[in-house]
Amino acid sequence: MMKVDPEKLEKLRAQITASRNKKKTCITICGGTGCHAYGCEEIAEIFKDEIKKQKLEDKIDIRVTGCHGFCERGPIVVIQPEGIFYQRVKKEDIREIISKTAVGKEVIPRLLYEDTQKGVHIEKEREVPFYKKQKRIIFERNGFIDPTDINDYIALDGYKAVSKALFEMTPKEIISEVKKSGLRGRGGGGFPTGKKWEICRGSDSNEKYIICNADEGDPGAYMDRSLLEGNPHSIIEGMIIGAYAIGASKGYIYVRLEYPLAVKNVTLALEKAREYGFLGESILGSDFDFDISVFKGAGAFVSGEETSLMASIEGRRAFPRQRPPYPADKGLWGKPTNINNVETWANIPLIVENGAQWYSRIGTETSKGTKIFSLVGKINNTGLVEVPMGMTLREIIYDIGGGIKDGKKFKAVQTGGPSGGCLPADMLDQPIDFDTLTRAGSIMGSGGMIVMDEDNCMVDVARYFLKFTQEESCGKCVPCRIGTKEMVEILTRITEGKGEKGDIKKLNDLAETVQNASLCGLGQTAPNPVLTTLRYFMDEYKEHIEEKKCSALSCKELIVYYIEPEKCVGCLLCKKNCPVNAISGERKQVHVIDQDVCIKCGACLDVCPPKVSAVSKYTGKGKEKILEQQNKKKTKK
Amino acid sequence: MVGLLKKFKPEKKELIHILHSVQEEQGYISSEAIYEISKYLNISEGEVYGVLTFYNAFTLEPRGKHTITICMGTACHVRGAPSVLDEFSRRLNIQPGQTTEDKYFTLETVNCVGACALGPIAITDGHYHGHVSIKDVKKIIDDVNKEEENKNKE
Repeated sequence: MMKVDPEKLEKLRAQITASRNKKKTCITICGGTGCHAYGCEEIAEIFKDEIKKQKLEDKIDIRVTGCHGFCERGPIVVIQPEGIFYQRVKKEDIREIISKTAVGKEVIPRLLYEDTQKGVHIEKEREVPFYKKQKRIIFERNGFIDPTDINDYIALDGYKAVSKALFEMTPKEIISEVKKSGLRGRGGGGFPTGKKWEICRGSDSNEKYIICNADEGDPGAYMDRSLLEGNPHSIIEGMIIGAYAIGASKGYIYVRLEYPLAVKNVTLALEKAREYGFLGESILGSDFDFDISVFKGAGAFVSGEETSLMASIEGRRAFPRQRPPYPADKGLWGKPTNINNVETWANIPLIVENGAQWYSRIGTETSKGTKIFSLVGKINNTGLVEVPMGMTLREIIYDIGGGIKDGKKFKAVQTGGPSGGCLPADMLDQPIDFDTLTRAGSIMGSGGMIVMDEDNCMVDVARYFLKFTQEESCGKCVPCRIGTKEMVEILTRITEGKGEKGDIKKLNDLAETVQNASLCGLGQTAPNPVLTTLRYFMDEYKEHIEEKKCSALSCKELIVYYIEPEKCVGCLLCKKNCPVNAISGERKQVHVIDQDVCIKCGACLDVCPPKVSAVSKYTGKGKEKILEQQNKKKTKK
Repeated sequence: MVGLLKKFKPEKKELIHILHSVQEEQGYISSEAIYEISKYLNISEGEVYGVLTFYNAFTLEPRGKHTITICMGTACHVRGAPSVLDEFSRRLNIQPGQTTEDKYFTLETVNCVGACALGPIAITDGHYHGHVSIKDVKKIIDDVNKEEENKNKE
C-alpha cells in the first residue's frame, strides 16, 4: 500500500465506496467480547463456509464487526442494508438466515427482538427500544466496521478529520475548537479536554508525549474495550490530531491486560495506519511526524491513575506520585505529557470534522456530548448504551434498559465504579451529567452503571467496593493503605452480624480521613461507596448492627435456608444437590435442612422447582425462630 | 532464557515487557529468571522482584495444567459470583489464587472481564461459561476432566 496524502485519501475513499455495492446484502456478525463469549466466532465461520458452499459470495458479504452494544441478546446478527436485527442466533439458525433472509429477503420472526410489553416483534435494529432512545455518535460505526479492515473505516469518512486538522487548521485552532466543544475527560475526572491540551502545548520542551488511557479497571465498565476492539482507528485518529495540536511526537496506548482482543485489534490497526501513512514520518505528506506504541498493562487497578500509569510505562511499579507537577509539565520520562481516556480520544475526530458548534448542541449546560454507559447488573437489557448527557436515570434504566430483571423492585444504581456511589430510587429522575452525579455524592467515572434490586444488600455492596480498593491500594500512602483496610474490617464485621454501636461513626471518621489525606484519586475516592450508602441506606446499616438482620437476604451469616414443610413435596432434588449433605428426608417426605451442617450456598433454593418453591430464606427474628426449633428437636433426641 | 532476553533492549523500561514474555513462555517467573533478568538489565534482583510482585499478571509459582477463572466484577458480584467462587473453592479444595497439589487446577479471580451480560462468569482455559450458578460448578469441573481424558485417549 502506498502512503496517502489528502488528495490520494479522497481518491482511495471514492474507490472503496465505488467498489462496494451499497445494495448488496451483507450479513454482519457482532464480534465484541460479549458475543465472543456466546460463541460468535464459530457462528461466523459457519456462515462463511455455508455461503461458500452455496456459491453465494457474489450475492452476500460477511462481516464480523465491532460490538453492537446489546450484549444481553448475543450473538447478534444484522442483515444489511435492510438492518434486520436477529438476536440470540444459534448455529442451527444459520442456513435458514441465509436462505430466507439474506437471499429471500424474508424475515424470520422467531429470531427478532420481541417487545414483550407491546407484544410485537421488531424488525429493524434501530427500532428496538434498546437502541431507539440512544444517541450513538461514537458507537454508531462499530456495527458497520470490521475492525481488522482499515478500508471499512476509511469508507465511513475515516481519517477525514486528520486530513482537515493537518492541512486546514493550526494547532491553536484545533485546541480552540476542542475547548469550544465543551468536551470533558471521559475517564472519570471530567477535566476540560481543550484546556488540558492547551496547558501541555504551552509547556516548553522539544519532546512531548501523549497517552491513551485504556487501563479500564472499573469492574462492570467495558465501553473503552468495546471501542478499542470495535473501532480502533477512531482512537488512533483522535490521538494523531491531539499529538499535532499539542506538539507530541510519540504516543502510547496503555491497554489493560485482561483485554487480549483489544490489544490484538489495536496492534493490527496501528500497523495498517502506518502502512497508509497516517502514522510515522510526514503524516499524509505533511511535515508532522508521530507514532504510537501499545503498552500491555500487567494487572494493577491503580495504574489507571495517570502518574501510576506513566510509572508503569517506565518499567516501574505503578506507584502514583504527588501532583503538582502535573503530567502536562512533567510526565512520562519527565517530559510534558497529555493523557486522555479512550472515549475522550474517540470524540476528537467527530469534533474536528463536524465542528464545536455541532458537538456542543448535544448535552447539558456544563457537560457536552454523549456518554457511553455500561448498563449491567439486575437489568433486563444488559449492554453498552450511548446517550446524550442529561438523560435521566429512569430513561436509561427503564426505557433503554427495559427495567429490572424478573420483575423485582429497583433499589439502587451504582455509578463510577469503586470511586463512585450508590444512588437510590428517588434519584431516578435526576438528569445525569458530571455535576449532578458529583452533587449526589457519586461520580460519572468511566461510565459503569450497575443496577441493583431488592435482593442486593447495600452494606455488602459497600464492603465489596472497599475490599476491591483495599486489595488494589498500592500501599504507598498510609491513609489509603491502612484506612481502607480498617473500613473493610468494620464493614465485614457488620455483614457478619458482629457490628457494634459506634461502627457507623468510625466509618464516617475513617472515610473523611482517607478522602482528605490520600495521595491519589484511588484513595481520595475510595470511601464514596460507603459514604453514599450511609447517606441513602442508613436503615440497612442499622438493621445489620442492631437487629442482626439483612432484609435483602444476602449476607450469609445473617440468614438461614429453610424448607417449608407445607410446600415440600419430597422430590429429593435439593437433597441430591446439597454439596455437604445437610438435607435429610426420604422420597415423598418433607425434607429438612440441618442448620449446623448447612454452608448456605443456596443450591437447594436454586434447584427447587419453581412450581414447588419450598425453600425460603429467613433473617432476623425469623432466623432465630428456626434455629430455636431445630435446637429443641435435637435436644429431644 | 538468553534467547528470550535478546529480543529486548537491555534497558530498564523493558522490564515489564520481559516479565510478560517470561510469564507467557515459562508459565511463571522462576528465581533463575529473576537472576537472569536482573543481570541483563543491570538492576538488582530485588528490583525485579519488587516490580513483578506488584502486578497481578506475574506469578512466582507454576500454574496448574488448567486454569479456572471466576469474574468478580460488580455485575457478577450482584448476581451471586461470591457463592460460585466458594463452590469452586470447596470442590477443588483450594483457595482462590492457589493450585491443587497435583498441579492440575489453578483457581483464579479476575476483577472484571467485561462480559457483564453473562454474569456470573467462569472461564476454563479461555472458554467462557455464562450465567453460572452453584449447581453448574460440578459439571464445569467434570467437563474439563472429561476433555483431558478424551485428549489422552487420542
